[in-house]
Amino acid sequence: MPEVHQLIPGPITCHCWNGDRSRFAISPNNTEVHIYTKKGSKWEVQHVLSEHGQKVTGMDWAPKSDRLVTCGALVDKCMYLQDRNAYVWTFAGEEWKPSLVILRINRAATTVRWSPLGYCKWVSKHIKKPLRSTVLGIDWHPNNYLLAAAAVTSRPGSTPLNHRVFSGYVKEIEEKPEATCWGKKMTFGACMAEFSNGGGGWVHSVSFSPSGNKLAWVGHDSSVSVANQAADGQVSTVMHSYLPYLSCLFLTENSLVAAGYDCCPVLWMHDDAGSLTYINKLDTAEKKTKGVCEACSSSITLFPFHPPFFFSAMDKFKGLDNRANAGGRDVELDSTHQNAISEILLHTGSRENVSKFATVGVDGQLVIWDCKSLESSIAGLRFK
Amino acid sequence: MSKNTLSTDFRKVDVDELDEEKYRDDPETSEASNEADQVARREQEVKRLTQSSNNMEALKVCLEDPPVSTKDKALKERNFNVVLDVLTRFRAADVEKAVKSLSSEQVDVLMKYIYRGFASPTENSCGILLSWHDKAVTAGGLGSIVRVLTDRKSV
Repeated sequence: MPEVHQLIPGPITCHCWNGDRSRFAISPNNTEVHIYTKKGSKWEVQHVLSEHGQKVTGMDWAPKSDRLVTCGALVDKCMYLQDRNAYVWTFAGEEWKPSLVILRINRAATTVRWSPLGYCKWVSKHIKKPLRSTVLGIDWHPNNYLLAAAAVTSRPGSTPLNHRVFSGYVKEIEEKPEATCWGKKMTFGACMAEFSNGGGGWVHSVSFSPSGNKLAWVGHDSSVSVANQAADGQVSTVMHSYLPYLSCLFLTENSLVAAGYDCCPVLWMHDDAGSLTYINKLDTAEKKTKGVCEACSSSITLFPFHPPFFFSAMDKFKGLDNRANAGGRDVELDSTHQNAISEILLHTGSRENVSKFATVGVDGQLVIWDCKSLESSIAGLRFK
Repeated sequence: MSKNTLSTDFRKVDVDELDEEKYRDDPETSEASNEADQVARREQEVKRLTQSSNNMEALKVCLEDPPVSTKDKALKERNFNVVLDVLTRFRAADVEKAVKSLSSEQVDVLMKYIYRGFASPTENSCGILLSWHDKAVTAGGLGSIVRVLTDRKSV
């Protein structure tokens, strides 16, 4: 059974975990960052960080240095860009101290990630030249030097729909990396490879496989693709029949979990021969009728939002009339998440073998999924 | 000094073209010019097949090579009419079988035509298109509808 936490009534934009998973941070679709710690079996807000002037769009928590980085974007109607800042937060004593990082970008920052060794990279900085569009997702190659960026157009009428693998190599700090199958010459900002997502549908998210040889991406045109650079850049794409995915993550070298507008994580497998197949939904939940909101500890009839409706005789007849069913307001989905899943992140385990992953959604829930218990609850399921 | 300021050619320079931030769309390829021929050829082929009551084959032919690259609206309209004609010829009971015989790419193309048809409805077309839509969704799922909405190349 997945561990479900109803954190807030509204959407969670982004989240990240600290190194030992004792704390996590979320942004509840506004300018704040909430840091939660575990109290018993529940998670409680410990700190609220509110330095950002605009909506927080991305965050990441470095596992070793325990530093949190957050970046913001504009959210108001006028075209001026306000908060083009990122903050690196350090926990000192009882408080989080922000240090401002001025990003030399003239657009909003959309996503940020610490590299495996702790160097930060936010999108649009430096690697600006070949990119003409908003980057929606980034992922570091395990070797700490390469970066994959999923780009979408920020101008109406133009179509990059590409995403690129870039070299994020910083000469002064790091030793020269070994050549990988993505290429030898790795000067900073060099584009190592570029993939297009076909005729339509921008790329939401990219993920490197544990070895770094494969790159998976999910597009808004309901497609999943994996490029295997170790097999001469062979790309396998499947145009699937579900709603688009917003996020994807490799659980092992061949297993990919994806989730999005269908509100449910699903498993795909990519084998070395290049075939990409849909395996199964990873959610065995049934429709819930009651639950407890962790924010206010009140027992509620579950909805995507507060307050609960009251089931009256009027509702019953209205329901019969409109929908031919006697339900008062039948809006529950038969999945754990009650609205789109916005992010999937690794929770426990190594990149090679993820044992738990966490999802957050527009329904304000944080759900932790355990791979072992998924394997036992769904017949025939194996994460290979 | 005064001589230089007489020239006003600088006003004719298109500054937006020189903007280094400007992204250029994929250039229109030579496919567009071939499409006119393809549409005409397809029209003939479909006519021949429907006259010999070979509707299934006609369906497959009319869904081939949709004219997505061309900007010629009249051509697209003409092509769409060929497709709509074929779709109309099927009896309600045969639609399901027809859709099942299509590949997933063909279902995606069919869905594009269906939505184009919805956009400009005629007296009889909507009912027919709705029954095709129902079967196409069963075959292609919600993903095929999403692709109609997101694909930049339209029929």
